Amino acid sequence: MRISRLVAAAAVAAMFSAGAAYAKTVKVGIVLPYTGGGADFAKQIEKGMKLYLSQNKDKLGGHEVELVTRDSKRPGGDIAKVAVQELITREKVDILGGFVYSPNAMSVAPLVTEAKVPMVIMNAGTSFIPAMSPYYARVSFTMWQSGYHMGKYAAEKLGYKTAMAGFTNYPPGKDSAAAFKRGFEDAGGKVQELIPMGGPREVPDFTPFFQKVKDAKPNALYMFVPAGSHASAVVKTYNDLGMRGAGIALIGPGDITQDTKLQGMGDGAQGLVTVHHYSADYDTPENKAFVKAWKAAYGADSTPDFMGVQGYDGMAAIVDVINKLNGEIDADKAMDILKGWKFASPRGPIMIDPQTRDIVQNEYVHKVTKQGDRLMIEVVATIPQVKDPCKELKVGKCK
Amino acid sequence: MESIDIPSIVLGGLAYGMLLFIVSVGLSVTMGLMGFVNLAHGAFAMIGGYVVVTLMGGLGANFFLALLAAFVLVALVSVVFERLLYAPLYRADELSQVLLTIGLVFMMIATVTFFWGTEPKTIRLPSYLAGPMDLGFTSFPAYRIFMIGVGAAMIVALWLGFERTTIGAQIRAAVDNRRMAQSLGINVDRLFTMTFALGSGLAAMGGGLGIEIIGLNPQYALNYLVFFLIVVAVGGLGSIRGTFLAALVIGMFDFAGKRLYPEAGAFFIYAITIAVLLWRPQGLFGRR
Repeated sequence: MRISRLVAAAAVAAMFSAGAAYAKTVKVGIVLPYTGGGADFAKQIEKGMKLYLSQNKDKLGGHEVELVTRDSKRPGGDIAKVAVQELITREKVDILGGFVYSPNAMSVAPLVTEAKVPMVIMNAGTSFIPAMSPYYARVSFTMWQSGYHMGKYAAEKLGYKTAMAGFTNYPPGKDSAAAFKRGFEDAGGKVQELIPMGGPREVPDFTPFFQKVKDAKPNALYMFVPAGSHASAVVKTYNDLGMRGAGIALIGPGDITQDTKLQGMGDGAQGLVTVHHYSADYDTPENKAFVKAWKAAYGADSTPDFMGVQGYDGMAAIVDVINKLNGEIDADKAMDILKGWKFASPRGPIMIDPQTRDIVQNEYVHKVTKQGDRLMIEVVATIPQVKDPCKELKVGKCK
Repeated sequence: MESIDIPSIVLGGLAYGMLLFIVSVGLSVTMGLMGFVNLAHGAFAMIGGYVVVTLMGGLGANFFLALLAAFVLVALVSVVFERLLYAPLYRADELSQVLLTIGLVFMMIATVTFFWGTEPKTIRLPSYLAGPMDLGFTSFPAYRIFMIGVGAAMIVALWLGFERTTIGAQIRAAVDNRRMAQSLGINVDRLFTMTFALGSGLAAMGGGLGIEIIGLNPQYALNYLVFFLIVVAVGGLGSIRGTFLAALVIGMFDFAGKRLYPEAGAFFIYAITIAVLLWRPQGLFGRR
């Protein structure tokens, strides 16, 4: 009798704790460039986050997630800082997320550390960023993961001896070019020059820069530019100058063959080789289900790209934290959950490195091929479970 | 020692300069003629670009027809703007004009975002304009050679129009001395409207022509405004010759600077601007 009464009491208590009366609304502050040149990226990440949320309501343990969004507009860092200050002090958010541009993720580090708010970085890829605050965890990528391995692959497998690197002149650009140089030279190649090619805000005319490369005739040109209109311009200029005919291969991180821009680049994109962590064309069950759900939610014309998948995975991490902490977000406990967090992402298995709070993931060598009249990303090699080489090799600020 | 392909630098600079000229010439004329600070000029160029994208993408129109349509449509729309919004502020101070036109820029950015979205747009050029073209002494992107041709044709047409026609003479007269022109019976109001439409139409064509080189997204109207204003300031208000020369000089310096010293990036365009304006504050061919 006593036992059954106890069971009943426990059941009632359980009902209350899991039920409406104790359901919490977890406020997640999202900082993305909703307007300006990066608005496209913001949309991808937001669509990814919302897709995960709509598919996984049951994993919230009866709690609710409220997304409080703020526009970071441009890469300068200033607007993002004001936005985060407001999210922390006025909106009292429990978790922060988003961050497309590296300078924005960097500028808010002191605020996040001071206020103790866990922050899930969903793009910003400059390698040393997670070291800037103990409350940062990154689910996206690091510039060195793609850049270093593109360099190694180009020298080892593609047999290139000389290369030049062009980059958009801001932190991730410098980072990516340096990573490529290190990888290429570690594998015995020689990088003749690293050339800054304009800034991130507006698309420069790449012709003068590419002309310089063409005159120097390296085997390959490695290009880091922000995904989007910069990338389309790079591929166009490469073809217009007849650089392929001059024997100069165009390679880079996957930003230059972003899924959402690829078809618009035309046949000139055929044969490009890039190293990246995601393409919508991956032939895995996880990815197929993801792309199918994406198209069901956002229309057949809509395609997820790496930004979309980063938003999806980022929300998966946040939901997992909410679930395990039962809606009571404590920053240090949240970070303990994020450290070593594992997920079967559409891009393949991912993990957050417990030491560095940075992403560990597969890098894939992409080759653009044509099937029918559609350009496709074909995976020609996989480099499994890559930790950030910048931290592994202790380069510069990654020490 | 690396080899430097001089002809390709000259051609590249020329092509970029021609693009600057085509978009900026309308701004120069309207600012010179009307003394109106029209910061929305770049927005007209942007709208022209979107007209071209829409006609070519959705309707599969010919590139040249699309450019012509952009010219006509934007010229017509700009007449409505001029009559309703600009005309009442002709005698207002510069700050009011700046506020009106920058407001228009924001509205146009929002409108374009609403209809076309934020993603950058591209066009597919006819195949004979894509890829490199072999000129014998060097090979250079066919499209840029085409740009140089278009720019050259345009300066000739504008020069003939302004120097050899009655309307051209009236416009020059009105730029020089508006009151005297009016007292000679020239309908300066109508002249304003026509020049404004012409300038906006040219900007629209420039917007369409430039998609291939500088891209197109809703931020276009603001991002490139600075360059258009620089060209006009360096060339001198109201001078077609000045705008042409300034556009070429700036295009050349920018291209050669980036080709030879990429680390210095966008510095050259500002250096030449400062140098010219220190030497001639009114611009190369400016009066006053």
